[in-house]
Amino acid sequence: MNRPLEAGLAVLGAAALVLVAWAAPWLKFVLTLALAKGIAVLGILLLLRAGQVSFGHAMFLATGAYTVAFLAPEMPEALLLLPLGALFGTALGLVVGLFVARYRDIFFGMLNLALSMVLYSLLEKLYALTKGTDGIRVAGLTFAGAQPAREIQEWIMFALALGLALGFGLLVRAYLGSPMGQALAGIKTRETRLEFMGVPARRVLLFAYVLSACMGGTAGALVAMTSRHVTPQLAYWTSSGELVFIAILGGAGSALGPFLGAVAFELVRVYAAAQVADAWQMILGGVLLAVILFAPGGVWGILAARFKARA
Amino acid sequence: MSATAPLRPLLSARSLRLAFGGVKAADGIDLDVMPGEFLAIIGPNGAGKTTFINMTTGYLRPQGGSIDYEGRSLLGLRPRAIVRRGIGRSFQLPQLFTEHTVLENAALAIAARAGLWSPLTPLLRPGWRAEAEALLDRFGLGAVAGARADALNEGARKLADIAMAVALNPRLLLMDEPTSGVAASEKMGVVETLVRVLRQAGVTAVFVEHDMDVVARFADRVAVWSQGRIVALGPPQQVLADPVVRREVIGIEAHA
Repeated sequence: MNRPLEAGLAVLGAAALVLVAWAAPWLKFVLTLALAKGIAVLGILLLLRAGQVSFGHAMFLATGAYTVAFLAPEMPEALLLLPLGALFGTALGLVVGLFVARYRDIFFGMLNLALSMVLYSLLEKLYALTKGTDGIRVAGLTFAGAQPAREIQEWIMFALALGLALGFGLLVRAYLGSPMGQALAGIKTRETRLEFMGVPARRVLLFAYVLSACMGGTAGALVAMTSRHVTPQLAYWTSSGELVFIAILGGAGSALGPFLGAVAFELVRVYAAAQVADAWQMILGGVLLAVILFAPGGVWGILAARFKARA
Repeated sequence: MSATAPLRPLLSARSLRLAFGGVKAADGIDLDVMPGEFLAIIGPNGAGKTTFINMTTGYLRPQGGSIDYEGRSLLGLRPRAIVRRGIGRSFQLPQLFTEHTVLENAALAIAARAGLWSPLTPLLRPGWRAEAEALLDRFGLGAVAGARADALNEGARKLADIAMAVALNPRLLLMDEPTSGVAASEKMGVVETLVRVLRQAGVTAVFVEHDMDVVARFADRVAVWSQGRIVALGPPQQVLADPVVRREVIGIEAHA
């Protein structure tokens, strides 16, 4: 749906991000994190298509991030750490998914939350391994063997995040239009019919779940390599809530939604925190309320409606 | 096989038993469904008609007896495995993907038959789109192919539901009240379309039906259910003329 709008917005949005990152270097960091989170939120969007909400998806992001933190001292190559973060996220997604894909609705959401809190506790309590709440610093990354200047490294991370965001966006778009993706949406409306067509609904959901975990792991690796510091907070349930928040803010109607939502979220957070340090959470809460009440399609829904009105 | 050899039944149920608490939904059901026939199941509510369909399609497990399909037992198989053996079913309440278009619903059923493990190629690829459109045309649904499934009237939803079952190329199709909820003015049209398509496709059909006009006109045989038993079985003109059936079964239904 809205193919030209999606393509146009993706190109325009990518160009705008590059321009902003170039004009305001301090925002480059914020935007890189926003793109990384957008990739994780893309995973939330997949599950939303099946009518399922995961309140624990930050566990995959944390897995990717800690993979980088644990391995970086031995193997500082960013271009290897990134796929490894994705791989460990995917592996955990498969193990957890085999279990949670049997459940639906509130049970699905709460089981995800519970498992993410188990991971959080482990990261916090196993001090000898994880340094507890102090977290682990990620230092001395190399890029293709070289260790470029800090400014260049920031640009590389930004470019990696942007490239992966576009790549995963295209992948998710193709997937959602495929029989597998359409069957995923069928879980939301008529799971019994899927079974009566000989389609194993559980496996359809598991596939989406593992894909979403892969994107979570990728996002976590990007976050760790950008912020250079990982803490158990990454796996805390509020972090998972934030991903769901961004999904709703951006809108579930398009693979662009998560990135619109993530950029809007991070910018609101940065500016609101700077202007009204004590009340920025309240502002975010107000924004979410306004979206739910007046724009249930999120930022994407607003843009799509504008475009349709003009066309 | 010589022309005089007796036809083997497609579906064969023997001594099926299932009780819910004290209620006997199946109390020794014996039934053979012959290839190519249209078998109507009639009987009052609670007689166990839907239970029979649910047992045959793997949703309920009988407490005793056997069900064979093409000479092999269906007992213990999951619904998914039974579908793959060639048994389709449609529902009293149409089970459509309500947020998809009718065309996408049909294409999904075609994809399911083909095995839909291709996460990157579009559902509405040219081959499947053409097949889905042809299927909907046969059911007279070509004009509403682009509409969302929840926007259809009841007759069209019933037909779309059955079209999705037919897309799987079943040899046996079990239909639970294909005309219930369909407006009286649409009913005969719906059934005529249905019967034409199924005959063309060579599908054997078992259908639960409350409308005796539909039964008399389209069924090859009628099985009369009452309290978990088959109390009469035969050609419609004979069964529907039976005074006991008229009083016990059709009489009740006239008041329902």
